[in-house]
Amino acid sequence: MDIQPAYCSLPRPGLRLVNSQFPTLKPVSISGLSVYYQQLLALDQISAEFYPGRVTGIIGPNGAGKSTLLQAMLGLIPTASGTVRFGSQTLADQRHQVAYVPQRSQIDWLYPATVWDVVLMGRVQKTGWFRRFSAASRQQARAALERVGMAELRNRPIGQLSGGQQQRVFLARSLAQEADVFCFDEPFVGVDQKTETVLFEIFHELADAGKTVIVVNHDLGEAITNFDDLLLLNRSLIASGPRQQVLNQENLRHAYGGTVSFYAA
Amino acid sequence: MRPDRVMELVRALVEPLQYGFMQRSLMTAVLVGLICAVVGSYLMVQRLALLGDAISHSVLPGLAVAFVLGINLSLGAFIAGILSTLAIAWIRTRSPLKEDAAMGIVLSAFFALGVTLITLIQKNNKIDLNHFLFGNILGVTAADVRDTVVIAGIVVLVVFALYKELLFYTFDPLGAQAVGLPVNRLNFGLMALIALTVVASLKVVGVVLVLSLLITPGATAYLLVPRLHQVMLLGAAIGIVSSISGMYLSYWFNLPSGPAIVLVTSGLFFLSLLLRPQSGLWQLKP
Repeated sequence: MDIQPAYCSLPRPGLRLVNSQFPTLKPVSISGLSVYYQQLLALDQISAEFYPGRVTGIIGPNGAGKSTLLQAMLGLIPTASGTVRFGSQTLADQRHQVAYVPQRSQIDWLYPATVWDVVLMGRVQKTGWFRRFSAASRQQARAALERVGMAELRNRPIGQLSGGQQQRVFLARSLAQEADVFCFDEPFVGVDQKTETVLFEIFHELADAGKTVIVVNHDLGEAITNFDDLLLLNRSLIASGPRQQVLNQENLRHAYGGTVSFYAA
Repeated sequence: MRPDRVMELVRALVEPLQYGFMQRSLMTAVLVGLICAVVGSYLMVQRLALLGDAISHSVLPGLAVAFVLGINLSLGAFIAGILSTLAIAWIRTRSPLKEDAAMGIVLSAFFALGVTLITLIQKNNKIDLNHFLFGNILGVTAADVRDTVVIAGIVVLVVFALYKELLFYTFDPLGAQAVGLPVNRLNFGLMALIALTVVASLKVVGVVLVLSLLITPGATAYLLVPRLHQVMLLGAAIGIVSSISGMYLSYWFNLPSGPAIVLVTSGLFFLSLLLRPQSGLWQLKP
């Protein structure tokens, strides 16, 4: 990539110190989270914190349980032990404040729906039962589509979008939700450079607005420098904290085995 | 057309309507065509066509038990249909089996039980297994019509009221669960709608052919329009047209009415498969 996106070079004072910019906002705290898949221990006693104002990457090798951690945190799969809190309450009781974007491969993209239908889904929970979408909700959805550069394709069936466009539609859906915690499961898989740029731009905008952004990502390439914090996982927690502290040979050898090359900038 | 030919056609269309049984069966077939297409669209988009088959075959033992106990047959069928979905869910949570295997097991077990029970019962009662298997639309009573109207009303009302939630849930169940929608209740509601629809359809096509009315009209519409509500509306229109034409064909040519309806709807499907523009009608200009 020859042109550095603006957000890479911007000094972001105050964000180096954990949670200093948004002291009143509440972190997502998981403690002692264990998950079994059939008889297999998939996650072993994970404890970690995700802070508002930070973009946190969950990284680790294939089968490390990255997506499982995200789904377990949100109560989408049964857990064997552990709690997940958002501030003083459990996260499960505050689901309306959580936007979750599943892996693209989990979705049937031949479903008969248009871009507009999918983005409006972000407003379903706020709209409530037996009501139609309000004008404000439609406005919210329109703004979200514009933000991700998909406004012109709003009437297009989702099956006719590229992978990157599909991901941006899902991003727009999560933006329309006006949540406080944003969770993305492998958003960079199979997307174009433009989409990757848009995604990171928006992640940082969200963080700068005091949101908690959690991103499952398997890639240790250059893009990893876009994360503020990292959580390195291989069934158990290897390391977590600011990116520079987590990314070192010892941690990575621990997680991946052998020598691992990563982008250290 | 010459005037006498027109008169002949009009007479052929009007003549059956003077019979009460024909009025009742047409009314029932139209309502069933409508709700099957609407509810079946949810099965199709979730790739759960086999579930429609499982529920429809599973109502059979419920019919038999209800007959023996002397309670409303539709109620017995509905309960058995619900039980089958619970059995499928139970097998899935208790074992590493996939959904289609669980459905296959439950479908055949319930169906075998139903056939056995009804065969035992029909030896000394006037109850005909064939009517349940293939429908008996000419035997529709005024009470049956009333039941069908009530069921159709419930189904249409629920789908209308929960449209946006069901769209979200059937498209992205995890996403819907993540924002706090009660996905288990939505799923159960959907199963109940399907069971209700199957019960209403029994007289028209019977348990073996219900699947056609559930899947084919929606699948036909899916080839032609891009959004779920359009699939439902066009599917319903196709279902209704199939029901009416099937009934007339059955009357004119003395064909079994359930299979006649199914043949019409299948014909419409193949027609739209062959005639739709290669890229789909909804292809936008770039």
